[in-house]
Amino acid sequence: MDWFIQPWPWWISGILIGLTVPLLYLLSGKAFGISTSFQQAGAMCFPDSKLEYLSRHDRKEKMWTVVFVAGIAIGSFIATRILPAEYSDFLPAEFDSLGGGIKLLIAGFLIGFGTRYAGGCTSGHSITGIANLNWPSLVATIFFFVGGLAVTWGLGQWIF
Amino acid sequence: MNQEAIPAGEPLSAEAQSSGMSAVGYVSVLAIGAYLGILFTKSEVARWERIHNMFLFQEAYIYLIISVAIVVAMISMFLVKRLGLKSLDGQLIVYQPKPYHTGVIIGGTMFGAGWAIAGACPGPVYAQIGGGQWMALCTLAGAMLGMFCYAALKPKLPH
Repeated sequence: MDWFIQPWPWWISGILIGLTVPLLYLLSGKAFGISTSFQQAGAMCFPDSKLEYLSRHDRKEKMWTVVFVAGIAIGSFIATRILPAEYSDFLPAEFDSLGGGIKLLIAGFLIGFGTRYAGGCTSGHSITGIANLNWPSLVATIFFFVGGLAVTWGLGQWIF
Repeated sequence: MNQEAIPAGEPLSAEAQSSGMSAVGYVSVLAIGAYLGILFTKSEVARWERIHNMFLFQEAYIYLIISVAIVVAMISMFLVKRLGLKSLDGQLIVYQPKPYHTGVIIGGTMFGAGWAIAGACPGPVYAQIGGGQWMALCTLAGAMLGMFCYAALKPKLPH
């Protein structure tokens, strides 16, 4: 069972992650994407909001997104408790601090704002979008990397 | 569900919303989510260090995973469309294209920056939380704040 406990090879992970697209379509008719879950959660909390982005959001059609991300959390729970990998550090220890929490809050802000403004994340745009030959998704993916590289190579000295 | 009939600014009524998914549909979604959560964790895609090394060009690992995933998904979609496959509820599978607009560039860049700092994109954030990394709750809280901020600023932002 060792192969199940070790981190998996890239090609296995890649194939299985890619299969999420047809699996989700075939079993539920839904397009693989994750960042909509932020909007769905917000719309569920404030369905009568003055903000049309929330009140005009179709909560029933997108309910699946919060079920899906709950599933992700459950899957990770299973993987870390029942199929433990060699590592347990999702985040480096430096993040276990007030400063670390603030960095993550800011990073999260950029993720939440950015993915919603772009209309998708690495799942919805990079994988599902490009797989369906959606050229805006290729553009989105390019700029995901522009942003990530700029931060890593530019501001990296202060952040890391 | 005629959107134009709803006066602008009114919340979407219960009738105007589409009907929900069947119980089987939700169970499938939960199961596939769990499958993905296991994958994010076992593939180390949810590890900050792997993402950092990706942006440093020190490891091809994540690039390889993403590339393979895209190729597999692309072949799958080609077959799904070619064979005219339908989902379990009998609907033909059709991709709804995400449109291009200014947000793709500005929002995309912002998200990329956040991805590099947090070492996680949205899916892996949930995986980190489920895996017991409670600091990822800060990332999620930030994401919700960011989403609300976008919702508030949306009418003023270029699209």
